[in-house]
Amino acid sequence: MPSRSPESATIMTLAHLGPTVIAAFFASLVEFVEALTIILAVGSVRGWRSALGGTAAALALLLAIVALLGPLLTRIPLETIQLVVGALLVLFGMRWLRKAILRAAGVIPLHDETRAFDDEIKHMRGLPRRSGNWDGIAFGTTFQITMLEGIEVVFIVIAIGAGGVGLLLPASLGALAALLLVTVVGIIVHRPLAKVPENPLKFVVGVLLSGFGTFWVGEGVGLSWPGGDWSILGLVAGFLVLALVLVSLCQSPAARPTQEVST
Amino acid sequence: MKWLRTVATELFGLFVDDGRLAILALVWIVVAALLLPNLPAGSLWPGLILFAGLALILIDSVTRTAQRLRKTPP
Repeated sequence: MPSRSPESATIMTLAHLGPTVIAAFFASLVEFVEALTIILAVGSVRGWRSALGGTAAALALLLAIVALLGPLLTRIPLETIQLVVGALLVLFGMRWLRKAILRAAGVIPLHDETRAFDDEIKHMRGLPRRSGNWDGIAFGTTFQITMLEGIEVVFIVIAIGAGGVGLLLPASLGALAALLLVTVVGIIVHRPLAKVPENPLKFVVGVLLSGFGTFWVGEGVGLSWPGGDWSILGLVAGFLVLALVLVSLCQSPAARPTQEVST
Repeated sequence: MKWLRTVATELFGLFVDDGRLAILALVWIVVAALLLPNLPAGSLWPGLILFAGLALILIDSVTRTAQRLRKTPP
């Protein structure tokens, strides 16, 4: 299986760096917004101490997982990582893209953060209160949502960053920027970030991840891409055109008013 | 244990939503891994064929889901 020369592998082209940071930032942003909605709902009903405690505990566990798994990745041959991560990225990216296309076409309803917030508030109010300093329900709920969304972010960062030498740092920085943004905005507005255009973000991330995944699979099986790393942009453009065509194909006249109402 | 099961289900759900899409994509990647490296290196075709296969799988998944959901409104 042919491999890339060390020189070409270490060259950080704009073709890699830009999509890496953008994909990690937007994908993480969507996940953090979903986690913030639940944490805000739990904190406002059950108290902030336990809600933030659960969030902090989950973040600490996630950091430990990353610290443990990160060094292990460097021991696996690059071609193997590219093929495995590429295949997972294709599955992950095409799953997001498929859903975003169906939502954009009005076939399935858009995700509503305000409704998710209200549902969680209602659910939390219905649960029994416990005496003591710590509320186990609040702690457990925020721990679980932070772990679940956090694991997705960790996978996204590793998947985007592990395919090339030196890409893990920009991918991590993209995710970190998203975490900071959501945390700051969450503290300021104290409401779910319902105005974040989740579906367009998922659409863009789905396109980027599908393009990245296809590229890594090709690299992993030993294809030599014409134009080298710049092929990523061609693949991203290909998936974007395909997705836009599919949106317009699936947008039946009956679906259009539904979409207008749901947005 | 219930929490671990939830995490495992969520992790599986990260990659698999439409089972047919996931299986077809994995099968196509295996087929591509076996066949495409035999094509001439540096040519446009191997990459194009890899992309075209995945594009067809996405088209199949989206159009089938759209048709199915339109036939059975909620």
